[in-house]
Order: sequence, then structure tokens, then C-alpha cells
Amino acid sequence: MSTAAATSAGGDMLRLGEVSAGYAGFQALFGVSLEVRSGESVAVIGPNGAGKTTLLRTISKLIGVTSGDILMEGRSLKNVPAHEVIARGIAQVPEGRRLFARLTVEENLKMGAFLPAARPRHAERLKFVYSLFPRLEERRAQIAGTLSGGEQQMCAIGRALMSGPKLLLLDEPSAGLAPVVVQSIFELVKRICAEGYTVLIVEQNIRQVLKVVDRAYLLETGRIKSSGPSAELLASDEIRKAYLGI
Amino acid sequence: MELFDVFLLEAVLNGLLLGGLLALLSLGLNLVFGVIDVIWICYAELIMIGMYAIYYFYVVFGWPLLLAMAAGVLLVAAAGAALHQFVIRPVLAAEPINQLLVTGGVLFFLQAAATLAFGIEFKNIGVSFPPIVVGEISFSMPRLIAFGVALAGMLATYLFLKRTYLGTAIRAISQDRAIMPLMGVNPGRIFIVTSALGGALAGLASCLLVLQYDIHPAIGLSFGPITFLICVLGGLGNMVGGFVAAFIFAQFISVGGFFLAVEWGYVIAFVFFIAVMFWRPQGIWGGK
Repeated sequence: MSTAAATSAGGDMLRLGEVSAGYAGFQALFGVSLEVRSGESVAVIGPNGAGKTTLLRTISKLIGVTSGDILMEGRSLKNVPAHEVIARGIAQVPEGRRLFARLTVEENLKMGAFLPAARPRHAERLKFVYSLFPRLEERRAQIAGTLSGGEQQMCAIGRALMSGPKLLLLDEPSAGLAPVVVQSIFELVKRICAEGYTVLIVEQNIRQVLKVVDRAYLLETGRIKSSGPSAELLASDEIRKAYLGI
Repeated sequence: MELFDVFLLEAVLNGLLLGGLLALLSLGLNLVFGVIDVIWICYAELIMIGMYAIYYFYVVFGWPLLLAMAAGVLLVAAAGAALHQFVIRPVLAAEPINQLLVTGGVLFFLQAAATLAFGIEFKNIGVSFPPIVVGEISFSMPRLIAFGVALAGMLATYLFLKRTYLGTAIRAISQDRAIMPLMGVNPGRIFIVTSALGGALAGLASCLLVLQYDIHPAIGLSFGPITFLICVLGGLGNMVGGFVAAFIFAQFISVGGFFLAVEWGYVIAFVFFIAVMFWRPQGIWGGK
């Protein structure tokens, strides 16, 4: 199943063309264009309030697109309601993990397999998620709200993987975690990428995330300011001065 | 055994049977509130509709009793879904007081409509069972049936909520409504399913009540307030709390009625309720 994610390697997976979006009376994204190719890991970096979370919520259709278009494997998401985006192969790990706190770990993972198309492969994917995160298997019957922050992030990622996505959206996976845990979360993201998943990750922790992904876009006040391979951005003066404090 | 003890034992057992029925009544209301966050003030009027439906299917149309009851359950389930679609959905984002008022309005509408359609005379399906006598204690057969079916209905609901994808989604949505679409879940559909399930539980209750009580347009008032109080006592929206509270409440009614007069049983139960509200306004097992 991890290999299925890497078929048609190099092809276009997700493409945003001049996408504007926002909330009532407040525009957060201004003509954002970006693309994610199959098998790639891409980050969107930028300061607090740049519109990074809004960007992922727009791709998941939790927020309406006011202009521009989002294409998933060449097909528009324009008239797709939020609850059908996941059936197109896009799963999101939301900011703050948002587990169902009073359900068990296994029930949270079950919710990830809610899609009728995902149900026949529930057992198989559960095994895969447990092989990826053995800690979750140990805690399968535990109430999710009692997990540690790092375990909750594993559970949230596992939940998203249960649908067998082609594209995984990760929203600030390191946010709100203890510094020692942050490191292990990036290790985790690295492993997900190595499994062949196509990943679009949004992060404030710029130095760390650039070590993990192939390419990145810099988002500032709702506009793409620059983009390029991670190593190039890490070395660029713009990033070093403004965000890495060097 | 002393005569006094036999009667007391009978009161306790009857309280247990009543508790099962009240627990079923509270389950539907709690389920809907726990998931949708709206109180169906007109819940007992759905039960009234179910009782009339069974009466008409069985007595007037001459259907077999079990078929009439099954049709009654389906009809009330559809009524629950319709109540959500046409009355609750438009006010989902409104103030809680407005939601209370619309469901309260449905209560009066249904009562008045039933009076117009069916008249005010009492109707009875005319099914009677001989009492069951065990030693010195006698049980009413409809109450035993009600207890058994109520427990079975609650167990089925529990298994549905625990085992199925849809049931898990119903439990999940009450914890985080906003991210449900990320799971591929259409929240609107879950609300309709939950409302239909709440309606089906009300329909099941009407099958059991129609064996014990006469049917009239105001029958809902005999069960509505007490069902609501039990839910509040257990912690509104807490299905397990409502289950336990139903049995406590039933014992107050039954045993309290045994020591004093039958009417006093309700008085004692309500005094207990008021006392609990001073001690824990959120209900015994309420979290908030």
C-alpha cells in the first residue's frame, strides 16, 4: 500500500493555480500557486499568520476558494464538498492533532477508515499503521485524550493514513510539543516520506522542516514570496536573515 | 416471608421494571442532545404519534400486532429524521433558547394536530395479558415485556454505537464536529441518522407503552417531563448517566409510593431531583 502511493512517480499530484481564499470579510490567501509532484515532500514555511493553515484548510475545502482553482491529479476540486476531498486521495492531519479525545486509539484510527472504499482494507492498514508506530498498538485500547503529545501526533498521522491517501497534508506537526519530542516528530515525517507518501507539510519550525523535505515555498501575508529546493532555501540570505536569525 | 417484605420486594422489582422503560425513554433524548446539542422538547409527542400509529395499524387496519409495531417504529424514525431536516436544521446555528422554542412549538403543534385528527377520547388497543405470579409476588406481563425489550433495545443501540463505522462517527461528532469532513464524514448525514435513531427509540418506547396505557393526545405529558428530568439528573447528553438515573428515579417512584401513597412516589422522586440540582446542577454524571 505504501508503494501504491509512489506510482506515476514525478507526475503532477496537486496543483494550485492563483488560489485566493479567506473567511467572511477577511482574505487570507492572495493568488497562491504551487504544485506537488507525486512522491515528493514539499513544505510551506512562513511566519505565524502567513496563511499556512488557511492554505491546507482551503485544499481540504473546509474553506471556500474565492478565485483560482485546485487540481488533484488533473481534476478540479471546485465542486467537491469537504467530506468528499478525502475520497480523491487527500488526507489531512489538522493543526493541534484534533483527536477524538474520548475515543480509544483504535477507534480514532477507525474513523480514519470511515470512507466506504477504505473499509475493506481496514485490517490491513491498521496492521501497517501499527508496524509504523508500535507505540500505538501498545496503547490501542487507551483513551486518546490521555496520550502524550508525541503519541497523539502519531495517532493523528495514523488516522490520516488509514484512508490510504495519495497525498498527506500535515499542519504544524511540531506545534505545541516539547522540544525533545519535536525532533522525533521530524524523524517521523521523514519516515512517512520514505514510505513513498507524497507529503505537503506546513511548518513554523523552518530549520527542522527544511532538513526533511525536498522543496519548499515561503508564504508571507498570504502570498508566495519564494520557492526552491530545501538546500537552496536553507542557504539563501532571505531565509537565513529573516527566519533563522543568522 | 413477612407480608410487608413481600410487598416491599414487589415494589423494588416493579421499580426495576419501570427503570428499564424510563432508561429507554431517556436514551433517545440523550442521544440526540449528546450528538446534535439540541433538546427535543417534543420527544414524548413522537411517542404519542407512535402509539396512535400502532393503534390505527392494528385496530383499524387489522394488521398483525408485531407488524403494526414495526411499522410504528419506522414511522416515528422517519418523523425524527423529518423533525431534524425541517425544524432543527434551520435553527442549528441559532441561540439555544430559539431551538427550545421551536421544538416546544412542535410539541403543541403535534398535540393539537392529534386532537383534531383523533379526538380527545381515550383509545386502547385492547391487548391484555394475565399477570405472572411467582410465589407471593405478581408481575404485570406488559411491564416484564417492556423491561426485556427496553434492555434489548438499549443493548442494540450500544453495540451499534460501539461497533459500526456510523456509530463510531456518531460518538466522534459530538467531540469535534468541525473536523468530521476530514474523515470523509458528512456531518449533516450523521445528524439525520442520529435523529432517525432517536425517533426509532421513541417508536420502540411507544410499542411498549401502548400495551400498558390508553392513548390520548396529551399522553406525552405523562412521560415527557419525567424523561427530561432523568436526562438532566444523569447529566444531559450522558447516555450511561441517564441509564443509571432512570433506575434511581424509578426506585424513588416505586418504593416511595409503597411507603406512602402512589402519588407521593412522584413527589419524593421530584424532591430528590431538586436536591440533586442544588448539589450538582450539571447532573450526577455531568461533566460540564
